[in-house]
Amino acid sequence: MSEVADKVSFQVNEQGYYGVFGGAFIPEMLYPNVEELRDNYLKIMAEPEFQREFNDLLRDYVGRPTPLYFAKRLSEKYGTNIYLKREDLCHTGAHKVNNTIGQILMAKRLGKKKIVAETGAGQHGVATATVCALMGVECIVYMGELDIERQAPNVARMKLLGAEVRPASSGSKTLKDATNEAMRHWISNPVDTHYIIGSVVGPHPYPDMVARFQSVISEEIKKQLAEKTGRENPDFVVACVGGGSNAAGAFYHYLDVPEVQLVAVEAAGQGITSGHSAATTALGKPGVLHGSRTILMQTEDGQVVEPYSISAGLDYPGIGPMHAYLYDSGRGKFLSATDEEALQAAFELARTEGIIPALETSHALAVLDRLGATQDQIVVVNLSGRGDKDLATYMKHID
Amino acid sequence: MNRIIQLFNDQPTGNLNVYFTAGFPQLDDTRRILAALQEGGVDLVEIGMPYSDPVADGETIQQSNQQALENGMTLRTLFKQLEGMRETIHVPVLLMGYVNPVVQYGIEEFCRKCAEVGVDGLILPDMPMDVYLNEYKAIFDSYGLLNIFLVTPQTSEKRIRQIDEVSAGFIYTVSSASVTGSQTGVSGDMEAYFDRLNAMNLRNPRLIGFGIKDRPTFEKACCYSQGAIIGSAFIRILQESNNLEEDIKNFISEVKANKRTEIGV
Repeated sequence: MSEVADKVSFQVNEQGYYGVFGGAFIPEMLYPNVEELRDNYLKIMAEPEFQREFNDLLRDYVGRPTPLYFAKRLSEKYGTNIYLKREDLCHTGAHKVNNTIGQILMAKRLGKKKIVAETGAGQHGVATATVCALMGVECIVYMGELDIERQAPNVARMKLLGAEVRPASSGSKTLKDATNEAMRHWISNPVDTHYIIGSVVGPHPYPDMVARFQSVISEEIKKQLAEKTGRENPDFVVACVGGGSNAAGAFYHYLDVPEVQLVAVEAAGQGITSGHSAATTALGKPGVLHGSRTILMQTEDGQVVEPYSISAGLDYPGIGPMHAYLYDSGRGKFLSATDEEALQAAFELARTEGIIPALETSHALAVLDRLGATQDQIVVVNLSGRGDKDLATYMKHID
Repeated sequence: MNRIIQLFNDQPTGNLNVYFTAGFPQLDDTRRILAALQEGGVDLVEIGMPYSDPVADGETIQQSNQQALENGMTLRTLFKQLEGMRETIHVPVLLMGYVNPVVQYGIEEFCRKCAEVGVDGLILPDMPMDVYLNEYKAIFDSYGLLNIFLVTPQTSEKRIRQIDEVSAGFIYTVSSASVTGSQTGVSGDMEAYFDRLNAMNLRNPRLIGFGIKDRPTFEKACCYSQGAIIGSAFIRILQESNNLEEDIKNFISEVKANKRTEIGV
């Protein structure tokens, strides 16, 4: 690697930081677990046997590679060339499973017998329950009491898969509280349990580990785009950001390719200034959340603010430290889409391409007219999940 | 000399540290509780700075944090309440909380205010040791504030040595793998762990916390260390109390009964 490339790297450094963001801000009770993971994750991921098992499962169980689909009618509409990376076609219906497959294999190699996870919309919970069923491992998923009510189908799926769904009844009873409860569970069960975090958040090495497991997305985009267009670098890669795992995966192999514009789309909720929003970079400040220094929505006194979005998967008050660095350094362009814009984008994709996207993903689709992409340029949108789970919301809002 | 260091010099055993959340049960109870604790005979006091997401705490302390925030407690208000406390309060006082509110307040300004009102030490469980050493230690030192580190049954011997090296005041010995308030009693496993710590001949005194709730558990912990910390059990007393002063004094004298008879109170 050249010296210049080293200097501009947006990868995590050896201390676990992306610029000033990242690190491991954890109570001592979690230190041995996090240290064990930190000291072993790269070694384990590099083992040929791990690689083989991971890739076989991604191919035969998840259904990878997922297609890179040229959306002809959508492209005509926006006067550019739009490709959709079809993560919605993964087993379980979203990109989340790329990470849970990786982490369950990691947990097995660390000798862990039980799994704990948090979930918001339930997609990560389902993906975790799925791999636990696959491996015959006990699985506990914490989910905010309010989200359990809002996302009944996913709760049912987790139960059917044999997982125990425990309500997080503290705080605001949503994703952030489910994350707190999962951390508390891990504190109380440090020896036999592995915590499968669902996004590129948490203490180092989680953000880097999850990004690496999700990086298969951009690895495939590069190859597929080259096959289809003769060039491996698009002009834009667009993805929605809650914690930011699908964006991290879609950006990963383009992080140090400056000619590729990385566009992250946050949930503006009812509008950035409405008081009901989850647009972290627009509303947040640097601080510490769930074990890492990042950008988060907080009061003047440093209390974490409860965000709002129509999409439970983007309803998170922070972003992963890698994204905080992409934002802070200007490498990433951060936009936001309101509930209404996301809904319209979902309806548009359904009717122009015959694909019903997840509400989260719809936020990424909602900014297509704001990119300034020209006729000869290429836009890749990471279609992170399918919309079956959101049908009730869609039906409520359809004209 | 820092009051915490002075305390362990003067009284090497049987020290009772009690935790309460600032702004709970009522916003303005802080000074009342502090005074009653001192009068009851506690040796150190740990005041919790309420936070929206206290991951190391169990349900009881979480709820007290949430209630305190709803009551309107902030760091600014807390410092205002503690102004002038050293006119009457002579026991060592520590502030316990999570790093984010402290960072937002501004580390330098936070430490300056702590020194101004007479705080002696800080417990910030989610502050990593390397960040403390590289970024904050010099500031803490310049204001005479001690940073208290935690060890747990899972902490390696090497890391315990490291923690002992950079600690002053005391080491917070977490009794078991748990969050606050979820354990009861002192088990055989714990005794082996406490013995292991004793055998290490550490520079710093140790206070045992998590699962200490009454006189038997306090006395048991004192057999293995220089004292112990009560948190959740005391919060429950506050929660149920109709007469704070009296209930606090009764609770403390019940827990410390042994020592009271020794010194002939």
